[in-house]
Amino acid sequence: MDTDRPAVTSLPRRLAAVGVVVVPAGFLAVFFVYPVVTIIVEGLGSDGLRRLGELPGRASFRSVAWFTLWQAVVSTVLTILVALPGAHLLARRRFRGKALLRAATTVPFVLPTVVVGGAFLAVFERLGLDDGPMRLTRTVGAILLAHVFFNVAVVLRTVGTFWGDLDPRSGEQARVLGATPWQAFRWVTLPALRPAVAAAASIIFLFCFTSFGVVLVLGGPARATLETEVWRHAVSRGDLASATAVALVQLAAVVATVVATNRLQRRRTVTQRPVRRTSLPRAGIGLLAGNLCLLAVVLGLPVFVLLERSLRRSGAGGGWTVDHYAALADRVSLLPTSALGALGNSLLFAAVAAGLATIVGGLASLVVVHGRRCFARTLDLGMMLPLGASAVTLGFGMLLALDEPPLDLRSSRWLVPVAHALVGIPFVMRTVVPTLRSVDQRLREAAATLGASPARVRREVDGPLAMRALAVGAAFSVAVSLGEFGATSFLPRNPDRLTAPLALFRLLGVPGDALRGQAMALAVVLMALTAVAVLVIEGGRNRGGVKGDW
Amino acid sequence: MTASAVDDRRGLRVEDLRVAFEGKAVLKGIDLAVEPGEVLVLLGPSGCGKSTLLRAVAGLEQLTTGRVWWDDDDLTDLPTHLRQVGLVFQDHVLFGHRDVAGNVGFALRVAGASAPSVTHRVAEALEMVGLAGFEGRRVDTLSGGESQRVALARSLAAAPRAILLDEPLGSLDRVLRERLTDELGALLRRLDLAAVHVTHDHDEAFALADRIAVLGDGRIDRIGVPDEVWADPGSVHAARCLGHENLLALDVRGCCALGQLGAGSGTVLLRADRLFLGGATEGTAAVVVSTTRRSGRPVVTVAVGDVEVRVPVEEAMPGLVMGDEVGLVVAEDAVIPLTD
Repeated sequence: MDTDRPAVTSLPRRLAAVGVVVVPAGFLAVFFVYPVVTIIVEGLGSDGLRRLGELPGRASFRSVAWFTLWQAVVSTVLTILVALPGAHLLARRRFRGKALLRAATTVPFVLPTVVVGGAFLAVFERLGLDDGPMRLTRTVGAILLAHVFFNVAVVLRTVGTFWGDLDPRSGEQARVLGATPWQAFRWVTLPALRPAVAAAASIIFLFCFTSFGVVLVLGGPARATLETEVWRHAVSRGDLASATAVALVQLAAVVATVVATNRLQRRRTVTQRPVRRTSLPRAGIGLLAGNLCLLAVVLGLPVFVLLERSLRRSGAGGGWTVDHYAALADRVSLLPTSALGALGNSLLFAAVAAGLATIVGGLASLVVVHGRRCFARTLDLGMMLPLGASAVTLGFGMLLALDEPPLDLRSSRWLVPVAHALVGIPFVMRTVVPTLRSVDQRLREAAATLGASPARVRREVDGPLAMRALAVGAAFSVAVSLGEFGATSFLPRNPDRLTAPLALFRLLGVPGDALRGQAMALAVVLMALTAVAVLVIEGGRNRGGVKGDW
Repeated sequence: MTASAVDDRRGLRVEDLRVAFEGKAVLKGIDLAVEPGEVLVLLGPSGCGKSTLLRAVAGLEQLTTGRVWWDDDDLTDLPTHLRQVGLVFQDHVLFGHRDVAGNVGFALRVAGASAPSVTHRVAEALEMVGLAGFEGRRVDTLSGGESQRVALARSLAAAPRAILLDEPLGSLDRVLRERLTDELGALLRRLDLAAVHVTHDHDEAFALADRIAVLGDGRIDRIGVPDEVWADPGSVHAARCLGHENLLALDVRGCCALGQLGAGSGTVLLRADRLFLGGATEGTAAVVVSTTRRSGRPVVTVAVGDVEVRVPVEEAMPGLVMGDEVGLVVAEDAVIPLTD
């Protein structure tokens, strides 16, 4: 642990130091690396290779692969187009309610995918777009819209923050040199923004490429991506061999994307000098109103309609009611437990997942910040992998790998929170690591010159900040766990492990009005729980000191 | 000055310009006129509104009231890019994603000039600032002085009618700054531009200016040709900005340790060029406090009672050390009354 001090350490301390490295590394190895390696090994085995070889010849596979690619590209472009004006507004203009707008636009990003799917279904039904010539339900349009809804926050955060730090005088200089506002944007500001836009685009592309819940709920059976294909083969048909072949293609594509975008970004790293902040110009009424309308339609409408639907009696012209919420406690033949039971499971899993993610992620953060370079870099990268790899890879790998002794864990319900924790850990680390690093080294030095021992320094200086960062990370893990759908959908569905998103997915799958209200009510409850987690996160960030890289 | 500016309708003029930031007045009614070929230097401490004034003239700030004119054209409602007014920022603000040629040729490309003519005029502009052949250099490989010249060339290549320079030499070290100040002055006069140059450095102001305007608290304190302004700054603030150090507070009877210097209380300026040191028997008896050099010229600080006065001296005063008794001779025209 302490590379800066001579090794006069006792045996218990050394054991503790070893444990700090071994626990996160072991967790990652057993629950992520081993399952992924299993996919690769089985996929490249003799039978696997044969199936892999057959894939390109199959027209259905080719169309799925092509659709996965192009919907991701189009979603990414659309998201950036929709969000860039908003990023400009948040970065460059002054207006009342800015903080509120920033917080509100963050919420969609953390909403459970299935909830978003449900919300869009509700919007389409409400606007009469679920059937007829203007039908959006079960179309590509629905998927693209939902992807924009999710990812607008990514652009607002990454590009908006970067834009705010850009020297506004570059654009002004262009104007003075005779450029129109548009020319100044196109020739000076946009090129300067390119690294941030590229970063946002690559993240969004990855999210859309690996999108699962949204495609499953909104796309219907005709619209399949690589992710949903893996699920269809493995879960619906029980054809593990075909699923493995598709999963391998998917894995290769994701790795290639990550590598390619990393390359691009390394070439484009621009060092920015911090700029002296002057007061921002007031936002013009047109710019403000235009943006608010756009964001209200894209982001606000689905949430609003979802709420409204959950409070209305089914059927045309139904009045207000809370019956749907009351019905959450009822058993539905479709589900192994009541929706309320599923919510209980979800909350329990979220708590366990957050605990696991905080412990493992916290230890890993310590290694990354204070540990030896080789451990630090390996863990820093390794712990991020579950987030980069798709949820389906995660779930399918567990399904494939963890069903034989000594790791026969598939029958255990606790595999669910473990899978959720894997996705939560990167968020914990991306909060804790920058926070620890942001502690001014001189603060530690000052404490040391005042007579504090290294342990005391850590407790007095780093401790309180780290605790707050961990709390924010835990809230993130709760939000992630509450909404996790992809990985969970691969794990067996006994009553005691049905999560709320899975229950919601099943309810949404029922045609007609019978269970729709109940589905909407469940979606609203899930949304509210996630929103609470977001409030905790934003609160923790605003209290100062806690940094984040997301 | 204001009166003649209104009569003379040539060049850049600013009338009753006011700017406020979030309700707080930053510029409180500025009147200015600069003719083609003239360099007006705006002198003032940081935060007095110098940069805001330039930005307002360039159309980058919302005016509360006031008008900006070029000859008989009202520029006030014209957007920035149509004003044909160049602006050079203190830290250059070069476009980092373009090379030197890309920066210097920016205005020409925006205006739709053909590629060969852009190349030609970029070369011309670089030649003008002494950077011929720098076209292909990346801007992050330039030194501070080179960046400053590229920024200047970029503004000049746009062929503006007026050029606004916002402490363009402020981030450079002293030696380089002094050299570039001379070059800049020569270049501006050769190009026959109306130039407004902002600085807080009085030496730079005197080196460049045809006229100096001292800015304080959002208003013009004093404006005029350099010698005039220096000889009679008018206010305490202007005197300080112009580099005067011997400001003396008088009591109600107009007296201080040096004797009666005015009628009634207030502040007076002792012009350094009208002070002399003599033997202990000449003038007022004084004690040497310290000796130093300013820009190579010896300066002696002497104390008369509780008043300290700095006196520039000729080289020929050997052996003066702290505690020596000397005589301070104050010429009759050395005392200039100032307003607070």
